[in-house]
Amino acid sequence: MLLTRPRLVDALCLIPLALLLFDWAFGFLTDPVGDITARTGYAALILLFLGLACTPAQSWLKWRKFAAERRRFGLYAFFYASLHLLMFMVDYNFRMRWLERVIADRPYAFIGMTVFLMLVPLAVTSTRPWMKRLGRNWKRLHRLTYLACFLSVIHLAWITKADFFWPAFFFGMFFLLMLLRWPYLRRLRTLSGFRKARS
Amino acid sequence: MPPSQITSEGLYVSRRQFLLALGAMAVGLGGASVNAHQRRKRFPNPYADELGNPATPLTRIQRYNNYYEFGQDKEKVYKRVAKLHLRPWTVQVGGLCHKPRTFDIDELLLMETEERVYRHRCVEGWSMVIPWEGLPLRRLLEMVEPMGSAAYVRFESLQRPKEMPGQRGLMGKLPWPYVEGLRLDEAMHDLTMLCTGVYGKPISTQNGAPLRLAVPWKYGFKSPKAIVRIDLVEHAPSTFWMRMSPKNYGFYANVNPDVSTPRWDQQSERRIGEFKRRITLPFNGYGDQVASLYSGMDLTRCF
Repeated sequence: MLLTRPRLVDALCLIPLALLLFDWAFGFLTDPVGDITARTGYAALILLFLGLACTPAQSWLKWRKFAAERRRFGLYAFFYASLHLLMFMVDYNFRMRWLERVIADRPYAFIGMTVFLMLVPLAVTSTRPWMKRLGRNWKRLHRLTYLACFLSVIHLAWITKADFFWPAFFFGMFFLLMLLRWPYLRRLRTLSGFRKARS
Repeated sequence: MPPSQITSEGLYVSRRQFLLALGAMAVGLGGASVNAHQRRKRFPNPYADELGNPATPLTRIQRYNNYYEFGQDKEKVYKRVAKLHLRPWTVQVGGLCHKPRTFDIDELLLMETEERVYRHRCVEGWSMVIPWEGLPLRRLLEMVEPMGSAAYVRFESLQRPKEMPGQRGLMGKLPWPYVEGLRLDEAMHDLTMLCTGVYGKPISTQNGAPLRLAVPWKYGFKSPKAIVRIDLVEHAPSTFWMRMSPKNYGFYANVNPDVSTPRWDQQSERRIGEFKRRITLPFNGYGDQVASLYSGMDLTRCF
C-alpha cells in the first residue's frame, strides 16, 4: 500500500537529493556550493527531459503509466531548479549587486534565470483547477517547456569548457523528442500498417 | 495527451514532499556546519598566508584538481592519476640559452627548497590557499644562462595518452601537449616558483607531480603541471588555452577583478570549502610585488 506507483516515482525523483545530502553529511563534497549547484542543475535537466519524453513515450510506446507521471517529473524538475537557483544565490552571498551583475553580464546566468522564470508559471498552473481555468490555453502555455528544455541545454553548454559530451547528448535528445512529436512521422507509422499489426 | 489523463492526486503530496525535503536540507545544513566548526577547533591549521587566510585543507587540495589531462571533472582527477608513472622523469631546459641541460627529476629534488603559502586563483572563480614547497624558477634559469635574445619562457607538460585519459578519445582532440608561457621577467620574478611539495610532503600526482609551476598573481592555468620541458624563446608562445578560446584566456592572465572574460565574472571568488564568496584582489593580492612589471601597459587589453 505504501509503494504505489506515484510513491515509487517520488522516491526515484528524490534520489539525487538523498545522494547529495549523504555526500554532504559525510564530507564527500569538496566544493559544497559548486557541487550542490552542479548536481541540482543536472537533476533538474534530467527531470525536465523525462517530462519531455512523456508524450512520445505515450504515442510511440504506449507507456501510459510512465506518461501519467509527467506532472510529477515537471514539478520535481522545478524543485531541483529552485535549489539550483538558491545555491547560486548562496554562492553570491545573496548580494543583489553581485547577482545583478552576474545575471546581466554572463549569458549562462541570464539564460538560467530566464529558464527559471519560465518554469514558475508552469509549476503554478500545473494543478487541475488551473487546467480547467485555462482550457485550451493551458496546453499552449505549457509548450513553454520545449523552449525551457532547449534553453537549459544552452545554459549547460555555455559553462562547459571542453568536454561537450553531455551538452551534445541533451541536444540530441531534444531533437529526437521533438522529432517524435512531428505529426507527419506518426502518420507515416500508422500508414505502414502498424495499426493492423496491433489489432 | 489530453490534460485529463495526467495524474491527479500528485500535487498535494508533492507539496508535502517538498516541505519534507526542505526540512531534511535544513537539518543537513545545520549538521554539516556544526561538524566543520568542531573539527576546526580541534585541529587548528598552522599554515596561513601573509594576509592571515588559513591554508586550504590538504584533502581539498588533493581532491579538487583542474587537470584536463585526467578529464574534465575536477573531483574525479584524483581517482584517475594512479596509472601515471613519475619515474623516470627528466626536465629538458633549453632553447635560447648558453648551457642547455636535461635535469633528472631526482637531481632537481635535491636542490634546496623553501616553503611558501600562496593564494591560488582559478579563472573559473574559485581559489585555495596552498603551502607549496619548491624553488624559485629563476635559480634553474640562471643555471642554463639565458641568451640576450630570449624574451619568453615556454613550458611544456607531459603528453602520454596511455596514462592520461584526458588525452585520449574525444578530449584527445584538444591541442595537447599543455603549453604555457611567461615573459622572461615574470619567469625570473622571485614569486615564480617551481613546486615539488605541498604541506611539507612530496607533491601528489593530481597536483602536478613531480614538478609544477606556481605563479600566484596569475590565474591558475598559467601554472602548468607535470612539466617536462622548459624553453627560452624569442616570441610569446601560443598556449593551450589560448588556442582553445582566445576570448576567455589571455597570455598575461593576471588576476584582475576589473577585466571579466566572456565566460566568467572575475570580481569575486569562492574559496574551496567556504560558503561565502570573497572579493578578488588585483594581482591576487601580490600587486605591491608585481604591479611594476606591467607599468605602462593597458591591462584591460593585455589581459
